[in-house]
Formats: sequence, C-alpha cells, structure tokens
Amino acid sequence: MSAALVTLKGLRVSFDGQAALRGIDLSVAPGESVGLVGESGCGKSVTWLAALGLLPGRAQISGSVKLDDVELLQARPHVLDRVRGGRIAMIFQDPASSLNPVHRIGKQITEALRLHRAMGGAAARAEAKRLLDQVGIPDAARRLDAWPHELSGGQNQRVMIAIALAGRPELLVADEPTTALDVTIQAQILRLLQDLRRDTGMALVLISHDLGVVADSCERVCVMYAGRIVEQAPSARLFSAPAHPYTRGLLGALPPLDGPRRRLAAIPGGVPEPWAMPPGCAFAPRCAMHVSACDAAAPEQVGVAPGHRAACIRATLPASHHQAAYA
Amino acid sequence: MLRFFGSRLLRAAVTIVMVVTFAFIVLRLSGDPAQIIMGADAPPEAVDAFRTAWGLDQPVWLQYFHYFGAIFQGDLGRSMRDGRDAIVLVMERIPATLALTIPALLIKLGLGIPAGITAALHRNSFIDRAVMLMAVAGFTVPSFVLGLLLVLVFAVQLGWLPSGGQESWRHAILPIITMGVGGAAVLARFTRSAMLEVLGQPYIRTASAKGVPWRAVVWGHALPNAAIPTVTIVGFMVGSLIAGAVVVESVFSWPGVGRLLVVAVANRDLAVVQCILLLVAATMVTANLVVDLLYGLLDPRLRNQPKRATGAA
Repeated sequence: MSAALVTLKGLRVSFDGQAALRGIDLSVAPGESVGLVGESGCGKSVTWLAALGLLPGRAQISGSVKLDDVELLQARPHVLDRVRGGRIAMIFQDPASSLNPVHRIGKQITEALRLHRAMGGAAARAEAKRLLDQVGIPDAARRLDAWPHELSGGQNQRVMIAIALAGRPELLVADEPTTALDVTIQAQILRLLQDLRRDTGMALVLISHDLGVVADSCERVCVMYAGRIVEQAPSARLFSAPAHPYTRGLLGALPPLDGPRRRLAAIPGGVPEPWAMPPGCAFAPRCAMHVSACDAAAPEQVGVAPGHRAACIRATLPASHHQAAYA
Repeated sequence: MLRFFGSRLLRAAVTIVMVVTFAFIVLRLSGDPAQIIMGADAPPEAVDAFRTAWGLDQPVWLQYFHYFGAIFQGDLGRSMRDGRDAIVLVMERIPATLALTIPALLIKLGLGIPAGITAALHRNSFIDRAVMLMAVAGFTVPSFVLGLLLVLVFAVQLGWLPSGGQESWRHAILPIITMGVGGAAVLARFTRSAMLEVLGQPYIRTASAKGVPWRAVVWGHALPNAAIPTVTIVGFMVGSLIAGAVVVESVFSWPGVGRLLVVAVANRDLAVVQCILLLVAATMVTANLVVDLLYGLLDPRLRNQPKRATGAA
C-alpha cells in the first residue's frame, strides 16, 4: 500500500455528551476502494461527515483527520472549502432532497466547476454537459435546464455524482448512494461508480449497510459496530475468513447463493444504546464467544493476517472454534 | 399558466362577493341606521321619511339586488351622514393611512427578516435567544397597549413626540413604530423557523460538501428556499396596508381609513362601511393573487405539472 491519501486517527464524535464515534482509525490510499459497513447508527456516515466538517455545530469532534499532511479537523473554513468537492467529494443517500429544488441541474453542476476549476459561462456549461454524459444521463444538453423534481431518483443520483466529479476529486465518499433507489437502478449506479473509479483513478469510500453491495464494489472492507471499526480486511478475505464474531454474525445472516437451504442465523440482542455502552467490547453482550476478559477493556485491533485486522481478543483462535460457536 | 391564473381570478372574485354579502347582511341585522342617524328622539315620520329616502323600507333581498346593480355601474353608494359619495370619502383617507402603513411595512421587512435570519444562523446562541425574546414580547403585546405605552413614555414623560393628531411628520412616528414592531416580531419568528427548516435540508449539506463557502450557502441556497413560506406572511402584510391600522389610528387619532371605519360602523353609515370592506377584501385578495404568482416564480415545483423524464435512470 502506498502512502495514504486520507488518514483518520482516533476520531471521536459525540452529540450532547453521547458518543457516536469511539475512536476510528482508518486510512484510504490513493485510488483505493474501501467499503464501510455496519448497521444504521453505527457511525459510518458520521465518520465522513465529521472528517469533512459537515456535522452540525453541536457535535464535539476530536482526533485527527489528515489529507496528505494537512490536518482537516481544525482547518480554517477556506481551507475546508477547497478540500470539499475539490479533493474529497461526497454524495448522499437521498438524491431527490440532496439537490436544491430551486436551482436548475446545470447551475448546480457549474457552481462546483466555478469553485474548483475556475470555469464560467459557456465553458462551464459545456463541461457540465460532458459530466452529465459521463454519468450516463441521456439528452444531457437539455437536462442542464431541468429542475431536480423533473428527474427520477436514479437520475438525480447521477446528477449528484456529476457534481461530485466536477471538482476532479481524489476521493469520492458515497454515503449509502443506492439505499433510496430501486434494485435495478442500484446496480446501475454501483456499476457507474466502479467505471468512474477505473477511468479517473479516484479513490472510493462506499458506505453501506449492505455487505453484498460493498463486497462487489470494494477491494477492502471495514466493518463498524457501535462507533468503532471492529474488523478490516480485503473483501475476499473478509468473506472467506471473518475473524470478528460480529462480522461472522453478519455473514451468517446472509442467505447463501449455493448449497442447501439453511435457516438464517440472526444475531441475538440489539446494539447497545450510546448511554449504556458496556465497559469492554461493545459486542460482548451479544457475543457467543464471550469470556470475562472481554468486559475488561475495549479490545484493540490485532493483526490476523496481512492486511486483516480485528478488534477481538479471541480473533486469533483457530477457525474451528468459531464455527462451533455459530453452528 | 393562463388557466391557473383564470381559476385564481375567479376564486378572488367569489371571495370579494362573499365578503361584501356577509357585511351587507350583518350590517342590516345589527341595527337600524335611520334610528341611529336621526337620533333616538326624532319624530317617527322623520325616521320613516329617512328610511324611504335611503330605500331601507324595501326587503333586504331587494336592497341587496339594488346594491349589487349599482356596484357594477361603479356606484358604491353615498354616506347617509353627509350625502357624499362613499368612495370619495374613503379615497380621501387612503393617503393618510398609507403614510402610516407603508413605513410600518418597511420596518417590518427591514427589521423582521434580517432578525429572523440572524437568529436562525446562530441557533440557540445568545443572539438567537435575545431576538426571540424580543419577538415574543413584540407580538404578544397588543398594538393598543404598545401604542399607549409609547405615548406614556415618549409623549407624556419625555415630551419628545406628540401623542396624537396628524399635524406633522413627527405625529406619524409613534403610530408607525407601534405597527412596525408587532409585524417585525411576527416576521422574525416566521423567517427564523423557515430558515431553520431549510438549513436542516440535505441540499444545504450538499452545497457545503461541494465546497460552497458558508456565506454563499446561506445566500444562494438557503434564502431562496426560505423565501417561499415567508412570502405568504409578507403578502398578508401587504394585503392589510389599507385596513391594518384600525386600532392604531384610533389610539393616535390619526384620520385614516381605519378611523373612518370605526366611526362609520358606530353610525351605521352603511355605504361607507361596505365601501371600506369591499376595498379591504379587494386589496387582500389582490395581495394573495400576487403571492400565488410569486410562489410560481420562487418554487419551480409549483410552476407547472412536472414533465417527469421517462426511461431508466
């Protein structure tokens, strides 16, 4: 892995004294695609909103977010404004409400071109049309004058992607980009993101609650639970040899595509509330492999294999052990 | 667009007719103008003669019919007190009223909207709390109380400004402030909540995420959206330019339309009251019509039926 493009270290966020992120360490290399999975509320969106300074003022943020060597957390507004949309772009879950209803599509794209590439007038309009072509919107020239409410959800998400591409970012953070869309459209948007990454060489962080989506699109997957990353590994490795009991639980809840039909295994219990976090491992109360040592302290990530780390004191036990627990 | 406008126009006309009809009926049910104008101890023959002269002896439906017939010929009736055309009496008073309500409207807009925006942008801060405290005080205190309070302080105690009358521009200051403060308070609260609503929308986060500086996010992305609900309340204020000063004109003895209305109602001067109400309804309805048109300009979603793009994403 080459030098990291973005490095998060000990990133913590709390709202009104309630911790939402409890120390995130994550780095993204140039051109890399990283998936961030977890249940809703585990902090996967908050991680990147915090990194880009997009959380409301009442959020308390500590730790470090570095882009190359520039610290973003205490950065001045004009520095952040250059980074946002220029070096790191972000798209969101609900494309229909993520576009400003009173501005035409074209204006919303050219605004980004003006800010990050100093383009204006006809040149910006031509580039905006090219971007709409690039994200696969038919009849792009005419669509520039359309309003967001005149487009479908999938088309609006394509427009959002075009806006994100306008600043030629080195990293695109896609926060549940397909959750609000029909299944068929989902696949198209994911394919588009893949193609764009291949064509532009930008890095991609794909946030999703859907393991399947992330597995298909990303080289590396980070699994989050209750405000921490509990396991990270190359996609194939994560699926073949999950080390954290939570990841195993998630995989156990997926229906297998081949082999005999089996009952899907649900993880017992629920995610602990922020004000009732267990003292040790947050997953301990639901964990089938729980031992008393789990309650002593939140476990650090340990290396399981090259590029594969898990925050579990029992992660390095032989696999047979785990299978027994989740049979 | 034309059809939209046509239906709105028709609705406006119906509203005006309903207001005028309602006023016509209520006025005739609530007292006998002949008795009031002629005085309680006038001889019965004189009262009867008055009734016949003004057509008050006819059945109400016939009076109504005549009244509407006359309106369409541009005749709004004459004052029963001095026999002059009601419309002339009313028109004479309009400049005086506008001399109060237009400056007051400017205060409402110039004070209320910036205060609301500032409060929203500094939500839960000291500024926000201070603005909202003043706004609540501003619109919970009725205008006659505020008016009397201002008179007490600035006319009686300090002697800086006159307490009533219309002799100079200085006489207009207290009534204008009285009206402006209440309206500014309403507008500040309304603008604040409209801004807060908009600032919480995902497209504001999108604008920040694409690197738009915060000032430009507020001006270019938040305000145009927050303007849409705010226009409603401003339209209402514009609509009450003619009739919004009834109380304040009475408190400050300002000879405007509002005072004329109070006097005419007390005297059962039917034609004058009806003329004023017709005018008020017409202004209000026109303001609403303009608001509807502005909605279309401000919000593309309301402009016409969306021509949803067909085909796949």
